[in-house]
Amino acid sequence: MNDVIIRTEGLKKDYVLGAETVHAVRGVDLEIHRNEFVAVMGPSGSGKSTFMNMIGCLDTPTAGKYWLNGQLVSELTDDELARVRNKAIGFVFQTFNLLPRASALHNVELPLIYAGVGSRERRRRAQEKLQMVGLGDRMEHKPPEMSGGQRQRVAVARALVNDPALLLADEPTGNLDSTTSQEVMEQLAALNREGQTILLVTHEHDIAAYAKRQVHLRDGIIEKDFMNHHGGAEA
Amino acid sequence: MLIFEIIMVAMAAIRANVLRAVLTTLGIIIGVAAVIAVVALGQGAQRRVEAQIQSMGTNVLTIRPNWGHFGGVRNVAQRLYVRDADALKRESNGLLTVSPVASSGQQVTYSRWNAHAEIYGVWPEYFAIHDHHLALGRYFTEGELQGRRRVAVLGANVLSNLAGQDSAALTPESILGQTIQIRGVPFVVIGILKAKGESGFQGPDEDIFVPTSTALYRLFGGRERLSSIEVSTFSPKEQEQAYAQIDQIMRRQHRLRPGDDADFQVFNAAQMMSTFNETNKTLTYLLAGIAGISLLVGGIGIMNIMLVSVTERTREIGVRKALGATRQNIMFQFLVESLALCVLGGVLGVGVGFLAAHLMTTFAQWQTYVAPYAVFTALGFSAGVGLFFGMWPARRAARLDPIEALRYE
Repeated sequence: MNDVIIRTEGLKKDYVLGAETVHAVRGVDLEIHRNEFVAVMGPSGSGKSTFMNMIGCLDTPTAGKYWLNGQLVSELTDDELARVRNKAIGFVFQTFNLLPRASALHNVELPLIYAGVGSRERRRRAQEKLQMVGLGDRMEHKPPEMSGGQRQRVAVARALVNDPALLLADEPTGNLDSTTSQEVMEQLAALNREGQTILLVTHEHDIAAYAKRQVHLRDGIIEKDFMNHHGGAEA
Repeated sequence: MLIFEIIMVAMAAIRANVLRAVLTTLGIIIGVAAVIAVVALGQGAQRRVEAQIQSMGTNVLTIRPNWGHFGGVRNVAQRLYVRDADALKRESNGLLTVSPVASSGQQVTYSRWNAHAEIYGVWPEYFAIHDHHLALGRYFTEGELQGRRRVAVLGANVLSNLAGQDSAALTPESILGQTIQIRGVPFVVIGILKAKGESGFQGPDEDIFVPTSTALYRLFGGRERLSSIEVSTFSPKEQEQAYAQIDQIMRRQHRLRPGDDADFQVFNAAQMMSTFNETNKTLTYLLAGIAGISLLVGGIGIMNIMLVSVTERTREIGVRKALGATRQNIMFQFLVESLALCVLGGVLGVGVGFLAAHLMTTFAQWQTYVAPYAVFTALGFSAGVGLFFGMWPARRAARLDPIEALRYE
């Protein structure tokens, strides 16, 4: 099972809100293999965000099991989860979540700092990823000096810098116009073609269409799980 | 490696808002500066007093009358006379060097100048007791003492006190052998002392020394009462013995029965100084304590700003956590930041404290001394304040839930 990146069994998450218990995720069994490009879709309240937080190791399930890249992560402590996030997951957020006062280069270096990579090696790898996303000439710029598309590309470079097993993109085009959205999605599709496993969260069908597979959540369970017939970027 | 990176991050956060950092640390700056200045003042006073002990001689004992009352009536025997000094000299078998002291402030005139000076009627031994040295001339002799001769030895500053502005006109060489008038009585100047430097209550440089007999009978109108008797031993080791001997001899002289209260008191310069030093220390600690409270207040200011900073940077904390920062990493980052703020404040405070001490010395003529221990204590204390008051905000930052933190607007 070496090529299984994500495997969940009966994944559940309950929240206690006052006297009420909300069953946000009610038992999800999912398997995602290496080099897949999966779009997770679902209306708000579908448990999609809660599910993604658990997949991203930002949250732990109430019940069920979750293996990431062969490691059982559903029972790890906060600090162990921090290390898993650092090594195995690359995040791309809707709101970019870059440090506004730091240069693009420093932003991309950030995961490597917490991984304990030496400064020279860190710099080299961060430069390489920034060049890869086409920002080789913008490395010393700070996020406020960049366009939305550029910022999201910095975020993509940051997500890739640790060579993660999983790239987790949470509504990556939510704050971008359609042209820029297309550019970012094409970049993700290109990464996937080079072997990067990507899990994408979106509520837009034309964005989901870039993925090879779609998983639809509703009321905390998987409603639909199917392969995209068109696939690829030409959707 | 990681520690270094986190320190850099914390420093960058301070650099990003220098004005706020300085305002935040103002409390620490003022606190540390106050501690430094107050302790410098206390240390300066102590050093000055220590210098005085040196100039007075540590093995000098002073016998003074005890101005107590016995049943409301002042006892006639509560006085010191030359015969008491004679007895001390005679009966101590050479253990004690003794000199009576009869002193009085008098008008002194020479040529066209006049001044006020304290006149000390003493024995020649007095100069040895107080470790005086001659700049010029000689001391008076036993014979001159017996003969009630009108001879005077001048303190180092007497000439400048006399001559005032035109001190150039009055040199030690020119006055030696000349006659000055003390209370209208002519005295021949036979010696001039070397300066003893600063010395509190005694001020020997301003004084004029004449034989006791001359002072009592020719200047003080036949008065027999002495101001004090001064005694020294060869070394401080013999002081205990000296106390006992003085007590014994004086009780016999004053015909006191065993168990009677002594009608005299024996002071030791070193003891008086240590009493002073104790008081001075207490006062310094008290003031430094008050200054220390302002450090605490400064620390609360740091905590306040650090809490604001944690809230402001909630999102940054969320990003860092999502990217792999552990609780420890985040905690350390904010602790380093508050520590750096406090140490920065401490260093600036030490600078301001030095400046304040310097200004006090320059403008108020207060002697100050910035002790290294005060600097290190103040710096250490401010670092401690940084750690202590940084702890809570740092823990708050470390415990933030990354999901909540990332959602924070």
